[in-house]
Amino acid sequence: MLSIKNLHANVEGKEILKGINLEIKAGEVHAIMGPNGSGKSTLANVLTGNKSYEVTGGEVVFDGKDLLDLDTETRAREGMFLAFQYPVEIPGISNATFLKTALNELRKYKSLPELTPREFLERIKEKANILGLDETLISRYVNVGFSGGEKKRNEIFQMLMLEPKFVLLDETDSGLDIDALRIVSDGVNVYKNEKNAFLVITHYQRLLNYIHPDFVHVLYKGKIIKSGGKELALELEDKGYDWIKTEEVEIDKA
Amino acid sequence: MNEVKEISKENNSKGIKPVEETSDDMKMLDDLTSSEYKWGFVTDIESETAAKGLNEEVVRMISKKKNEPEWMTEWRLKAFRHWLKMEEPTWPNVHYPKIDFQNISYYSAPVQKPKLNSLDEVDPELLKTFEKLGIPLEEQKLLSGVAVDAVFDSVSVATTFKASLNEKGIIFCSVSDAVKDHPELVKKYLGSVVPYTDNYYAALNAAVFSDGSFVFIPKGVRCPMELSTYFRINSMDTGQFERTLIIAEEESYVSYLEGCTAPIRDNNQLHAAVVELVALDEAEIKYSTVQNWYPGNKEGKGGIYNFVTKRGACRGNHSKISWTQVETGSAITWKYPSCILQGDYSVGEFYSVAVTNNMQQADTGTKMIHLGKHTKSTVVSKGISAGRSNNSYRGLIKIGKNAEGARNYTQCDSMLMGDRCGAHTFPYIEVENESSKVEHEATTSKIGEDQIYYLNQRGIGTEDAVNLIVNGFCKEVFKELPMEFAVEAQKLLAISLEGSVG
Repeated sequence: MLSIKNLHANVEGKEILKGINLEIKAGEVHAIMGPNGSGKSTLANVLTGNKSYEVTGGEVVFDGKDLLDLDTETRAREGMFLAFQYPVEIPGISNATFLKTALNELRKYKSLPELTPREFLERIKEKANILGLDETLISRYVNVGFSGGEKKRNEIFQMLMLEPKFVLLDETDSGLDIDALRIVSDGVNVYKNEKNAFLVITHYQRLLNYIHPDFVHVLYKGKIIKSGGKELALELEDKGYDWIKTEEVEIDKA
Repeated sequence: MNEVKEISKENNSKGIKPVEETSDDMKMLDDLTSSEYKWGFVTDIESETAAKGLNEEVVRMISKKKNEPEWMTEWRLKAFRHWLKMEEPTWPNVHYPKIDFQNISYYSAPVQKPKLNSLDEVDPELLKTFEKLGIPLEEQKLLSGVAVDAVFDSVSVATTFKASLNEKGIIFCSVSDAVKDHPELVKKYLGSVVPYTDNYYAALNAAVFSDGSFVFIPKGVRCPMELSTYFRINSMDTGQFERTLIIAEEESYVSYLEGCTAPIRDNNQLHAAVVELVALDEAEIKYSTVQNWYPGNKEGKGGIYNFVTKRGACRGNHSKISWTQVETGSAITWKYPSCILQGDYSVGEFYSVAVTNNMQQADTGTKMIHLGKHTKSTVVSKGISAGRSNNSYRGLIKIGKNAEGARNYTQCDSMLMGDRCGAHTFPYIEVENESSKVEHEATTSKIGEDQIYYLNQRGIGTEDAVNLIVNGFCKEVFKELPMEFAVEAQKLLAISLEGSVG
């Protein structure tokens, strides 16, 4: 579904991604772990086409299309979704207006008719139920006055509403207590199927107790320096990132 | 308003002119300025226009054209003589070449049958114009229950729904008709809120005002429909000087809507209107404006100078006057819809969205004069600046020495698009009574790139994202507008800021 080859990217003239290679197939869950500043969030921003990030080399193919050729909204319409680490507030616009606009854009792109108000409301009820969300959330302004946990849950709620093919979770576990973490993970697990894929970006192994990855990659200084199964996450938890760093130094020496 | 919908659809499909690319920001700003004025057509209609220039003869001529009684002619002449002694004001934060008042024609009227009994007798060209503007008089008459008075250049063309309003004792007609048919009301109230000595443009208006709307709601009557006036400047080199007078007697209520457009002209045209509102005990007047005069082209050539005096007097106890304005047009806007809160427990409100783009300049705000006890006022101002425009909020809150327990809340927010525009705030507060409470809040923000990115990531294109963000910013004002006007205002905003991000 997603094929990343030798991806390089700069932020404000500084090279952050230094040749990323990654293959993700439908039905798979991949986790990217790494210490702060290793380039995890940059990868998420580059894949979704944030204009503040400059791609300097490499290619990304998403469902047979050259992803880097598409603008942010077209990538979203093609089925790419980012659950933001810091969801922004949009005063004066209700969640309902926002979601309806987004959903209709996606449907228009697929030449589907707009949902009727009734269908839209039923969908909201169904998805809000999964996450145990209060339905009044739908009339509140987008993320305005939401707690950190509410914002993260709202991201997963949007994912359920928009039904993307490919989901990037950017540090979705940060700032969540154990109950919120479970609810968010349940949402992801309910949605996971053979047709979609996930890339879970996280600093800690904790989230992976709830969302089980098929593959774990370690990102360090803009490169994936180690890949493995979910046991790699446990090993990292055990030994810390210093273990990887020293190993990398040894690779460099060799 | 289906017609308006059509207009905006057409516009959205129009391509954006290619421009030199220097940086993303520059491109965004240049795209922004490529959006064109959509109401700029000229109606090919025979009109009678006075020669340019202003003197006592011209004032007499206007009065005579309108078959006015002697007292009205005298009032005009007094105003004219006073105006001659006045100086053009220079204190607003706007810049323009000096106006040559002798190079303007002060009267223009479509040539038609002198007396109209129904809409069927109006020149079809004229009706077509109003249809293009999205104000189909016929349709409105039949379907929407909005009574419309349309002022074309200087003359009121048609007032719909007159008969059904008459049954309730409501008078809704042109000021010219009111002078003839209800002289006692006009004599009593005309100039009682904005005297001709008030300011330079108010004096000029009093001398040469051509037409406008007159509304009288008798005691205890709730006006069953929204009253609406549509102003259109068509002729070249003419000024438009309409005058509106609304009187709400005890315990009455009226909601009044005002819309304005003009064709594209290379030269600047002057619009100097006066609006007076009077609310007696427990009466309420809601006055909503969507102002979309031609703003000039992107280099700042042409456009309307909109120098307007709007003021309401809450004369009665527990009376209320509420101004809501959406200002997107005009080269220069200079207006301060104000409330004089004389009655005890009277309430004044001002909700404003002012958008400036390209070279537009706006200096707008309100004055809340608290004289009565326990009077209350609310001011919510939203300024949006784009292009190389300048947008100023200027507001006065005055608490008189007898205004015990008076309260004011002012909120003043500015949004900047790009870095070549300006937002300014000039709040004036004068308090003479210590038991009063005055609050002022102000914010300035740039439209957030992170917000746009967030919406993009959910599949919403940049143009729609900007519209969503701007509409959210203006929410508190839009919710004060009557439903169909709010929809029109949102569309207008979208068009004004069309192509705002590259």
